[in-house]
Amino acid sequence: MRVTQGCFSFLPDLTDDQIRRQVQYCLDKGWAVNIEFTDDPHPRNTYWEMWGLPMFDLRDAAGIMKELADCRRVYGDRYIRLSGFDSSHGWESVRISFIVNRPAHEGGFRLDRQEAAGRNIRYSTRAYAAQRPEGERYQS
Amino acid sequence: MAHSNLQAVPDAPHEPAPSSVDLRREFEAVDVDSILAQLDRELIGLVPVKTRIREIASLLLVERIRRKMSLASTYPTLHMSFTGNPGTGKTTVALRMADILHRLGFVRRGHVINVTRDDLVGQYIGHTAPKTKEILKKAMGGVLFIDEAYYLYRPENERDYGQEAIEILLQVMESQREDLVVILAGYSDRMERFFRSNPGFRSRIAHHVDFPDYTDAELLAIADMMLAEQNYRFSQDARDAFVRYIALRKGQPLFSNARSIRNALDRIRLRQANRLVSDLDRVLTSDDLTSIEAGDILASRVFSGRSDAPVRQP
Repeated sequence: MRVTQGCFSFLPDLTDDQIRRQVQYCLDKGWAVNIEFTDDPHPRNTYWEMWGLPMFDLRDAAGIMKELADCRRVYGDRYIRLSGFDSSHGWESVRISFIVNRPAHEGGFRLDRQEAAGRNIRYSTRAYAAQRPEGERYQS
Repeated sequence: MAHSNLQAVPDAPHEPAPSSVDLRREFEAVDVDSILAQLDRELIGLVPVKTRIREIASLLLVERIRRKMSLASTYPTLHMSFTGNPGTGKTTVALRMADILHRLGFVRRGHVINVTRDDLVGQYIGHTAPKTKEILKKAMGGVLFIDEAYYLYRPENERDYGQEAIEILLQVMESQREDLVVILAGYSDRMERFFRSNPGFRSRIAHHVDFPDYTDAELLAIADMMLAEQNYRFSQDARDAFVRYIALRKGQPLFSNARSIRNALDRIRLRQANRLVSDLDRVLTSDDLTSIEAGDILASRVFSGRSDAPVRQP
């Protein structure tokens, strides 16, 4: 099951050239671009691990594409996303975020139904991948 | 918000390579001439440097056309070294060079990141590589100007972290040639020693530009220009005094060409203001405010055989 979130979630995966242009768009707007990765695909898992520090004061996408390549070399079997942080007054928040890397095989989610009082049912989703310990989830 | 970020970006269609190119139109399209003219206007003297920059600009223009006609496949090495004494205009020329490279499309953004050893080399193990990479990332798409580059290499300390920065620099200079241009700058003799002990640098640098010292007449012209920019001018006596000042100052230690002239002018303006304020009862004309008299210059300590340090004059 293909996990989608953030911008462009309705599009096929971006090519490197398209990623570069999106990054350049962020930089032209003055946003700091961050690289984050995780191997827990749950939609409520908001805080991913950061690859290095947020990259402030960059002018050209080449530096970020280099970092992304390095991140893929180490964590190519996990989800990687880019986010653009707008530090200007009044925003001070992430303005764009999109997935740039995903595992070769995405196991999908199991739906748990729990019977609660009064014939109520509580639903929760659990990624099959998350059954394995962190770091081994997408190793084949 | 997703909509505003979503732009249709069709891939550029592959145009067939043209078989002939109008050189004049190419030349005017990139408008390098205006930068070269600006260089001529802003920088006095430096004829060999200007000639070299002109040559490099021509080379890049031809290279650009060759690429258009699919005759050149490899990316040219553009890293440079600027050698010369302090105050001879290395930084200014580096800024113009970035402009030229940008207009000709050899760097994408055309900004200049000006760094020294402190910005590249860390203070403890494992500090240098992230620091150097950070700077390199910032310089991507532009020009990285490393002032006094020879300080990166400290042969007397074999565990100096400078070596690590050098290795990262060399690697990026080779593998990401289309992403950034590195300009090394410093005194001629020490740069020469630096290149001798780091042959990797010499072979990766395509253009060596040597900045000569200014002659006395050029320094006077520079002073005139600096004053004119701030709406001041020398009186005839003052000019004669300044000619003598230049001759004397040149013989003293720590003379740094145009920079020394600028500092001297700052102090002369100070003395002129002091002179004007000392007599509060007179009516000033704009002529009084713009003209610098011989006395303002002759009060300098240079004339009494001491060095002209930036301290308050009585």
